[in-house]
Amino acid sequence: MAKTDVRMKTEGLNIYYGPKQAIKNVTLDIFTHRVTALIGPSGCGKSTYLRSLNRMNDLIENARVEGQVLLDGVNIYDRQVDVVELRKKVGMIFQKSNPFPKSIFENVAYGPRINGMNDKKKLDEVVERSLKQAALWDEVKDDLGKSGLSLSGGQQQRLCIARALAVDPEILLMDEPASALDPIATAKIEELVYELKNTYTIVIVTHNMQQAARVSDYTGFFYMGELIEFDETKKIFTVPAKKQTEDYITGRFG
Amino acid sequence: MTKTKRNILGAIAYSVPAFFALMIVAIVLYVMTTIVAGGWGSLTMDFLLGAPEEGMTKGGIFPAIFGTFLLVVIMSVVGVPVGTMTAIYLSEYASQRSVLARLIRFAVNTLAGVPAIVFGLFGLGFFIQFVGAGVDKALYDDGLLHWGQPNILWASLTMALLTLPVVIVAVEEAIKTVPRELREASLALGATKWQTIRKVVIPNSITGMLTGGILAVSRGAGEVAPILFTGAAYFLPHLPGGLSDQFMELGYHIYIMATQSPDVEATRGIQYATTLVLLLLTFALNFSAIFLRYRLRKRIIT
Amino acid sequence: MQQSPDISNTLMKKRFRIGEFLAEKVITATAFLSFTFIVLIFVFVFRETLPLFSPPEPVATVEELGEQETYGDLVLTEAEQAAESKEKNKDHVDEGVTVENLAGDRWQPISGKPKYGLLPLIVGSLKVSLIAVLLAAPIGILAALFTAAFAPKWAKEALKPVIEILAGFPSVVIGFFALVVLATYVQDTFGLQYRLNAFVGGVAMSLAVIPLIFTISEDAISAVPKSLTEASLALGATRWQTALKVILPAATPGIFAAVLLGIGRAFGETMIVLMATGNAALTSADPFEPVRTMSATIGAEMAEVVFGETHYHILFLIGSILFLFTFTLNAVAEIFVRQRLMKKFRGD
Repeated sequence: MAKTDVRMKTEGLNIYYGPKQAIKNVTLDIFTHRVTALIGPSGCGKSTYLRSLNRMNDLIENARVEGQVLLDGVNIYDRQVDVVELRKKVGMIFQKSNPFPKSIFENVAYGPRINGMNDKKKLDEVVERSLKQAALWDEVKDDLGKSGLSLSGGQQQRLCIARALAVDPEILLMDEPASALDPIATAKIEELVYELKNTYTIVIVTHNMQQAARVSDYTGFFYMGELIEFDETKKIFTVPAKKQTEDYITGRFG
Repeated sequence: MTKTKRNILGAIAYSVPAFFALMIVAIVLYVMTTIVAGGWGSLTMDFLLGAPEEGMTKGGIFPAIFGTFLLVVIMSVVGVPVGTMTAIYLSEYASQRSVLARLIRFAVNTLAGVPAIVFGLFGLGFFIQFVGAGVDKALYDDGLLHWGQPNILWASLTMALLTLPVVIVAVEEAIKTVPRELREASLALGATKWQTIRKVVIPNSITGMLTGGILAVSRGAGEVAPILFTGAAYFLPHLPGGLSDQFMELGYHIYIMATQSPDVEATRGIQYATTLVLLLLTFALNFSAIFLRYRLRKRIIT
Repeated sequence: MQQSPDISNTLMKKRFRIGEFLAEKVITATAFLSFTFIVLIFVFVFRETLPLFSPPEPVATVEELGEQETYGDLVLTEAEQAAESKEKNKDHVDEGVTVENLAGDRWQPISGKPKYGLLPLIVGSLKVSLIAVLLAAPIGILAALFTAAFAPKWAKEALKPVIEILAGFPSVVIGFFALVVLATYVQDTFGLQYRLNAFVGGVAMSLAVIPLIFTISEDAISAVPKSLTEASLALGATRWQTALKVILPAATPGIFAAVLLGIGRAFGETMIVLMATGNAALTSADPFEPVRTMSATIGAEMAEVVFGETHYHILFLIGSILFLFTFTLNAVAEIFVRQRLMKKFRGD
């Protein structure tokens, strides 16, 4: 696989929660139209790292970030950066599916609406396009007025993906998107990730190593807040350079 | 300890608390039946829609009902938005380290324990003597009292202040029930903070907010002490025509009729019926709050 | 990685969103307004008592100043007072606001020579509160114990709304009930001389205090960890032994707080005492004699006083005392609920 452009990059990233350091000096490249998987035992900092990529960490009261997170060369922690615009570019899918207690249509239309789109025809188009991209359209097209909460877990998660896509992001951050789903629903999400990377740059956090191996092009292994190893996925899973990585992927700890 | 002795002690230890619990139920039922029995006969349409007649020994209580309604409306129009916005500030805008937020919380806690009569003193000292008299001095040059005396505006504002902590606490509780995940979803979609509050936080806590608002209103409708000397009138021949007029009020009317009426015994029927009306009013408010809360719980479960 | 001009255009320009800005400012300003008003309550209630504590004459002699410094601003001997009022003969001269007067046992604010002895009012408030809490505490606490520890589910479901109804009774309704029904009943039962007295007021007040004590005690009892109860039951203790020896002691701080708050509520409540206690400023220990409480005094007299007169300021002084007293009780109760409970249950 030929290396493509670097879309995002962190340089010497340190994240603190109060006095506790959650991320230690992480430098990592995220490539355009590729899936980057972040793996590691729970509490290793992979979710924290992910949330720093669209500044969702800002919401945590005593979180502090040092170093740089670059998006197309712009440090997103720069004082000049508009967080709202950043999050429109860098969307996020959460571990627990979190549809709004509104209809399926209104869930997907939420993003376009807050951006001032009120034309019913345009909204219809965006909703249909997003639901199709999220491979949910065929299942829900006849009851768009039903509550988003009435869907199954897997459908809810795909609804959340559709909702994120409706804002036209360029990068998608996924925080263990399939951890609460059954194998069939998980397979659907994985298929979807594979499809979406043609259009989007994806970073996915997962505790499931098979999943990382299946869907990603690059994998970073986190342990105790440090990035132990980062490389192409096939290398990580066949010839890891570090002993700790090997121990983890062979199931010796974690 | 023998088994019998233990059984007897156990029976006592069980039945004494049960007896007291039952006693509370009995007291409530007794008070309610007494008032219903005493007031039911006098509770007619004429009574509800008529004005007091013949030195308040006959006639109805419409001016008091109207005054109570007006008091509650002005109080809510002022107090509920201010309380709601303060609660939104506390839960959405203030950081945990914010000095203002901590001061507000401390003040709200303190305020909740302050006797109602002290609010009345404040209403008198601040609204009437300070603001009202100040306005009179500044705007009118006739040496007469316009705003510097008890009226419905000052009474309502005093009452709004009394209910402020109730509103703030209830709305904050309601906002707390909105899951963090929903806020995050909205923000991650590029919504601003205010958009998130408007489209996610408020719609998802509106029932709880309403419940809080109604409870505050009910508290206000039943409280008499703060208006004793901030605007309630003994008797007025006509309804208040403006904010600077005094007003009649149900609770105050009960107090006056029961203690200072020329012939206390002869007006017992009126007293009971007025009490019944006030009781029904506060119950209606409380029950709608309980009903809303029940529906809210059901929605959370499903 | 080159910084692309496209991204710097969209990202690197903090947008000014007028709605966002206004919302934040308005909400913060409103929060600040709330706080300001709460502070104003303190300020204005206490402010109106201040004239009592400043010397009546702006021009004071050196001798007087010295005297005042020794005894505090409040202290002016009666002789001085009399002399001054004779000398200046002003309208709003503080006649007889001395420590002796305030500590006196006569409350006769409207007479040729007004007496502002707070003692009977304090005694009245204490008497009524004491009777109310002595009745309400056992009833409220035991009913709470029953609800939290013994009651079957249906009884719990039935009792809670009843308590809410009782809590929702406007105090003027309770006052009316006491005045019309309870007072007659008490008089007939005990063969009393006075229909309205401290006992009637106290009993009526207990109705207002029971829901408060019940609710907080019930919270405290329910908060006792299940593990504690189960440990006791596993050791072979019966349910009532567990309730009395494990649950109640563990919930003591919360129950204590409930009682303190109950006292505070009874102390500050106005309408019930105004209607049910007879309002005679007597200083006696007899629970069946009429009393005049501090709150009832404010409620009954404030509408009649002339603004700015000594009597007016004295009523504010009484309000300030009520304020401080309830504030202190609340603060102590808060400390008990927050700290002791947490210490006890977290085991640190």
